[in-house]
Amino acid sequence: MTENSAELRDAAPLVALRGVNKHYGALHVLQDIDLEIAQGEVVVLIGPSGSGKSTLCRTINRLETIDSGSIEVDGKPLPAEGRELARLRAQVGMVFQSFNLFSHKTVLENVVLAQVKVGKVAKAEAEKTARELLERVGVGAQADKYPSQLSGGQQQRVAIARALAMNPKVMLFDEPTSALDPEMVNEVLEVMRSLATRGMTMVVVTHEMGFARSAANRVLFMADGKIVEENTPDAFFTAPRTDRAKDFLSKILQH
Amino acid sequence: MGLIFEGDNFSAFAEGFLRTIELSALSALFALLLGFVLAAFRVSPVPVLRWFATAWVTIFRNTPLTLLFFAVTFVLPQLDVHFESFTVAVIALSAYTGSFVCEVLRAGINTVPLGQAEAARSLGMGFGQTLGLVVLPQAARSVISPMGSVFIALPRNSAIAGAFNVPELFSVQKHLTEQSYGIFEIFIWIALAYLAISFTINALFSTLERRLAVAR
Repeated sequence: MTENSAELRDAAPLVALRGVNKHYGALHVLQDIDLEIAQGEVVVLIGPSGSGKSTLCRTINRLETIDSGSIEVDGKPLPAEGRELARLRAQVGMVFQSFNLFSHKTVLENVVLAQVKVGKVAKAEAEKTARELLERVGVGAQADKYPSQLSGGQQQRVAIARALAMNPKVMLFDEPTSALDPEMVNEVLEVMRSLATRGMTMVVVTHEMGFARSAANRVLFMADGKIVEENTPDAFFTAPRTDRAKDFLSKILQH
Repeated sequence: MGLIFEGDNFSAFAEGFLRTIELSALSALFALLLGFVLAAFRVSPVPVLRWFATAWVTIFRNTPLTLLFFAVTFVLPQLDVHFESFTVAVIALSAYTGSFVCEVLRAGINTVPLGQAEAARSLGMGFGQTLGLVVLPQAARSVISPMGSVFIALPRNSAIAGAFNVPELFSVQKHLTEQSYGIFEIFIWIALAYLAISFTINALFSTLERRLAVAR
């Protein structure tokens, strides 16, 4: 998968960030970020906590605003808050660290709600899509339960199905396995891996180096608000170029 | 204690009782509508709306209700706006109670984790859909009990209207006192009537709370 990433990048990018800057008060969390993501590409963002990788991920559907620079999705610049932005967000799937399933709705309703209310899909059709997607992520049997009755791994898979139901052009994953018990991490990564194989464009913020190695086309290493290093997973993990990356890898890969 | 059944006392009493219910019900309805609008303003992304709702709540929640009645009774006619005393009472009570409803709703909205609204927005829902489909339904359960307190206070607050020419329950007391009945007996009857209203509202909210608890 990694060998074709160069040719993927030749086409017009699906997501493009140019000169993006963001501050939290005195803290410069994103510093001159330039990033292009091609259709079908899987980009993994790694780096120490506080490096800005989650913030970067959240700017792509404008859950975080930026101070300067530009962000384009599918050739169109991100609009300001309003109807236009809502329409764009429907095309950008987002999966959160804390799942954020709607706790007052059943699993099925969680996947149906936005299809009907945002996508104006008929209810019967939305339910059919929802059941198929729930089946695909392996939680079809839980459709009528409430989120609180599910394990973390199951909830996260429902959250992925909920995002997929909108037929997104790109999926953003903001540390999708960080809140999970270790034995549930793999079931979620499996779903993500199969999405990657099906050609979904994905931006993944994660600490799962195994996933980065096996599923990513490109690894971005972030530190102090900057993209410090950018490479194929093989090259990055076997021969990191910068001291920051070497230091980071030595800390997380020693056991 | 039988004073209520003498002469036309009962009909005066019943009339006042119904007036209080009418006044409270109408004010409750408008206060609820107003409270929802104000709460939506308070959490809206538009600064002007937030500012307006904050100003409203600050003014009406921190002013004595009697003063508000005075203001509506005497200021509006100067602007050449004339209402009968019942309408004036509904306006004052709704404006006042609406500010409390707003704050109860806002507190409820704040109990819903931010991630819920983020998930809704990232699925393409607008501000109204996020609030109406995701946030408010989850805020409902934590809101019911304090909302009950607001609406139990409303009929009791409406007694002030009696001093502003609305022939409601509390003003029946004047009518009876003029007939030289004992003040103690009169007050007991009136207190019992208010108690009946409060208990009914309380029962209503308890039922709601139980329903919502079951339906999660």
